[in-house]
Amino acid sequence: MVPLIPSGVLSESYGLLIAVISGIGFGFFLERAGLGNSKKLVGQFYLYDMTVFKFMFTAISTTLAAIYLISKFGVLDLEKVGFVPTYPLSAMIGGLLLGAGFVVSGYCPGTSVVGAATGRIDAMLVMLGMFLGSFVNALISPLVLGLVNAGGMGKQTVYGYFGLPYEWIVGAIVLVALGGFWGATVIQRKFAAGGVTVTENNFAAK
Amino acid sequence: MAAIIKESSDRASRKPYINPYLGGAGMGLVLTFTYVVMGRGMGASGFYGSIASFIARLFAPEAAGQNIFFQKYLDPARAPHPLMDWLVFEIIGVLIGAFISGWLGRRLAFTFYKGPRISNTGRFLFAVGGGMMLAIGAQLARGCMSGQIISGAPLLNLGSWIVTLSMFGAGYITAFFVRKEWR
Repeated sequence: MVPLIPSGVLSESYGLLIAVISGIGFGFFLERAGLGNSKKLVGQFYLYDMTVFKFMFTAISTTLAAIYLISKFGVLDLEKVGFVPTYPLSAMIGGLLLGAGFVVSGYCPGTSVVGAATGRIDAMLVMLGMFLGSFVNALISPLVLGLVNAGGMGKQTVYGYFGLPYEWIVGAIVLVALGGFWGATVIQRKFAAGGVTVTENNFAAK
Repeated sequence: MAAIIKESSDRASRKPYINPYLGGAGMGLVLTFTYVVMGRGMGASGFYGSIASFIARLFAPEAAGQNIFFQKYLDPARAPHPLMDWLVFEIIGVLIGAFISGWLGRRLAFTFYKGPRISNTGRFLFAVGGGMMLAIGAQLARGCMSGQIISGAPLLNLGSWIVTLSMFGAGYITAFFVRKEWR
């Protein structure tokens, strides 16, 4: 029965309307929690503001638990849910570039849209960089093809890979997240006390 | 619109951000809704790929059709037109949702963030350069923080968790090298 559109319960023609509705919710909650602000985003990596970790792992844990429960009771057919195949080498190198790009630019691809929507000039420039980077991607795509497609494992889950029950991994991730929230709060308190140097600037008050 | 921005740009009247756990839980519910209805998660990097592919096809249709990066976005099986892509509409929603939230919180302002030891120009160059790194990283990782981490990790996708761990690791290492930008 669920997911509604892939199961044919809801017509595919509603897809783009759902895209806008989901996007509004996505942008709204990111901005509400301060993820359209590079001062807060890079705080994760200078340890004075742990909002990124707390937001990300609350979102992951909530969705993880919800998907586990509704698939356990047979409402959600996980076979019909989109699942990106695993290519470990490409995932690792791509992840490294994403982490470096996050701190260098101050945003990630989604949060730059959030920052830009509220007028942040640095976020608009990150969006420009993403567009330019997409053309670089086109230029290098034949060169990195071998790397991108190396060692494909198909649809690979964490519990399948380690041969452990689904619920164990769900429980472990929620517990690690809860422990992490406590640790993050302690770290943040210590490093925020040392002073935060990032400021919000405009051209007028130069 | 100008009145909304003017009224909202007084920094003294700004409202505080909400608690990250509340925001994250809200995000989790939106994401669960998307999975339940669409059978797919959120994303962001694909938006840029779709727009770039549309522009490439406009100016150089033959070259764009032969490029494997653009082919993915120009494939009629993905979307009847590159601008009719799911992620393009999702990002239009993100712009609307973030604007509404920023307006309610009186946080609309043409400003930017930087540390005390870098010039405005320096910060802007880092923003563009970092954005380019994100785009290339997203091609290799098959998604970005939205598509691979926030959406893929709850499915316990092994690739998503590799991206998550290496993203955080590289972030901390990079923070040391670019400390002049922020500290």
